[in-house]
Amino acid sequence: MNKTINQKAWYFVIPVFILVAFNAAIPLMTVVNYSFQETFGNNVFAWEGTRWFKQILLSERFHAALGRQIAFTFIILLIQIPLGIAIALTMPKKGWGVPVCLILMSMPLLIPWNVVGAMWNIFALPDIGFLGHSLNALGFDYNFTQQPGDAWFTTILMDVWHWTSLVVLLSYAGLNSIQPAYYQAAEIDGASRWATFRYIELPKMKKVLTLAILLRFMDSFMIYTEPFVLTGGGPGNTTAFLSIDLVKMALGQFDLGPAAAMSLIYFFIVLLVCWVFYNLMMKNEAQS
Amino acid sequence: MSLELKNVEKKVGIATHIYPTSLKLEKNTINVLLGSTLAGKTTLMQIMAGLDKPSSGEIWFNGENVTGMKVQKRNCSMVYQQFINYPNYTVYENIASPLTITGVKTDEIKQRVGKVAELLKLSAMLDKKPDELSGGQQQRTALARALVKDSDLILLDEPLANLDFKLREELREELPKLFENRDCIVVYATTEPSDALMIGGNTATILEGKVIQYGKTLEVYNKPENLISAKVFSDPPMNIAEITKIGDNCKFVNNNVQWKSFKKIKDGTYKIGIRPHNITTYKEGNNSVEINGKVQISELSGSESLIHFTNGNLSWVSLSNGTQQKNVGEDTKLYMNTDEFLYFDQNNRLVNNG
Repeated sequence: MNKTINQKAWYFVIPVFILVAFNAAIPLMTVVNYSFQETFGNNVFAWEGTRWFKQILLSERFHAALGRQIAFTFIILLIQIPLGIAIALTMPKKGWGVPVCLILMSMPLLIPWNVVGAMWNIFALPDIGFLGHSLNALGFDYNFTQQPGDAWFTTILMDVWHWTSLVVLLSYAGLNSIQPAYYQAAEIDGASRWATFRYIELPKMKKVLTLAILLRFMDSFMIYTEPFVLTGGGPGNTTAFLSIDLVKMALGQFDLGPAAAMSLIYFFIVLLVCWVFYNLMMKNEAQS
Repeated sequence: MSLELKNVEKKVGIATHIYPTSLKLEKNTINVLLGSTLAGKTTLMQIMAGLDKPSSGEIWFNGENVTGMKVQKRNCSMVYQQFINYPNYTVYENIASPLTITGVKTDEIKQRVGKVAELLKLSAMLDKKPDELSGGQQQRTALARALVKDSDLILLDEPLANLDFKLREELREELPKLFENRDCIVVYATTEPSDALMIGGNTATILEGKVIQYGKTLEVYNKPENLISAKVFSDPPMNIAEITKIGDNCKFVNNNVQWKSFKKIKDGTYKIGIRPHNITTYKEGNNSVEINGKVQISELSGSESLIHFTNGNLSWVSLSNGTQQKNVGEDTKLYMNTDEFLYFDQNNRLVNNG
């Protein structure tokens, strides 16, 4: 086949180049720029090589933030995935209950993140908040602004409230795509409810669940707005996850170099985990 | 052993899915439920299996009333149009699953699965997962699962519909053999008359929730009780035309084609049903008559030629052997084998063929 050569066609690609340059390449390169240099304002830069990277990777503060981040993501995945599946299993499959449930489930997902943070902040205040006040009235010594355990509890509860619906909706879609004949076949075999779940529903939901885990991992690993509004990373640093810590460093302390290095490390961690996850997913796909 | 439906009716809301139906299926028979999509075949099967309850009427099995008895307690198995297997079980585990659940001993399971796998040519792929198999093999696995159980009742709901032509032909040939010497009642639902003829046994023609006729397959085919049964059991669709009979002379109302009939039936007007393969481009039988037609559609399928033509204001469908090349719009001559005509009275009942 003869290809026609038309150099003018490049003009059509220019808008994309400009767009990508402005929204991805230039901001990212700015960060890269800061991460290798020291700046004293007035556009004066001094080359620092990998100093900031070494500093961050060896700093206890970063290790602690990363540890908190991993713990948080792990805990919410552990709660949200099984809970989401359980709720999806109990949702009606036909009738008027379906739209009602779907709308109720989508509600939390539609609320802006900082509103969720503010809502839970007020909701959990020990003196006037419904949750905080009730817990104290019941005899619990609950104060999320002062006690790290309570702060974690509240942050996790908020995230579960906000995001379990996503897992529910994905699982529900997965469940609904299973043909009724599968259930009948299980019924004829005399399979128990658990066996039906274990050998039909779960394998059939595998794809949507992988997707749910990936989405929930990424979102929770990059969580910022909600804990920022709820606890501001406190008390102390106990709920300062990676992104909160990063902002503190960059904008609070104005340590641009270390903050830029931390941004890149953060970015690579997310990228790496997603890459590993994606490859596992594709490997499974290829097998089946 | 027998399965009997007594006045079984199924209503969902205001819609009637199955009109009161009585049917008696005997032991060691294959029974075909023949009808188009949504005729009620699947509903009927689900009622037979106990997956669905009838709104009224009773189901008797072996002289025992099993109406409303749960499917787990009935010894039956079912194969579906979709290939239903446990996705993360191997073929072996899939076939063994009904036995494992009921707690059969491992040695016996091994022996029974091996036997069934051999019968269905699955021995080489027992360690594979269903996803790694072709559609045909997946359906063989599902069939094996149904057979291994030694059920009293095996229900096959359009098991070949999702297979491609070649696999369908292959499996269709094997099917009747699979059920030979088995102490069970087999029910086979299909939309295709050719399936029913190939499988033999008994056939029930079904239309819109009503069982029209039930009997030996060839009898139902050759002597349909009425026009509806004949229509359900004809593919391509049956040609129907009005005729008048005076003495031995018969004549179509809409054209001048005439023939002699020596049936001992009263003079008057009748409806004639002619299966497409009884109108051909060549003479067949001793009593064929000529009909002129204008070709509307001409389809060649290699061994057969399907020609749609018009004569007067009626459309006709003919099916001839071999490749009969006709051009659309062409005027042509075709021949009708009058010996094979089916005569129906004004109430659409078949009149004695005598």
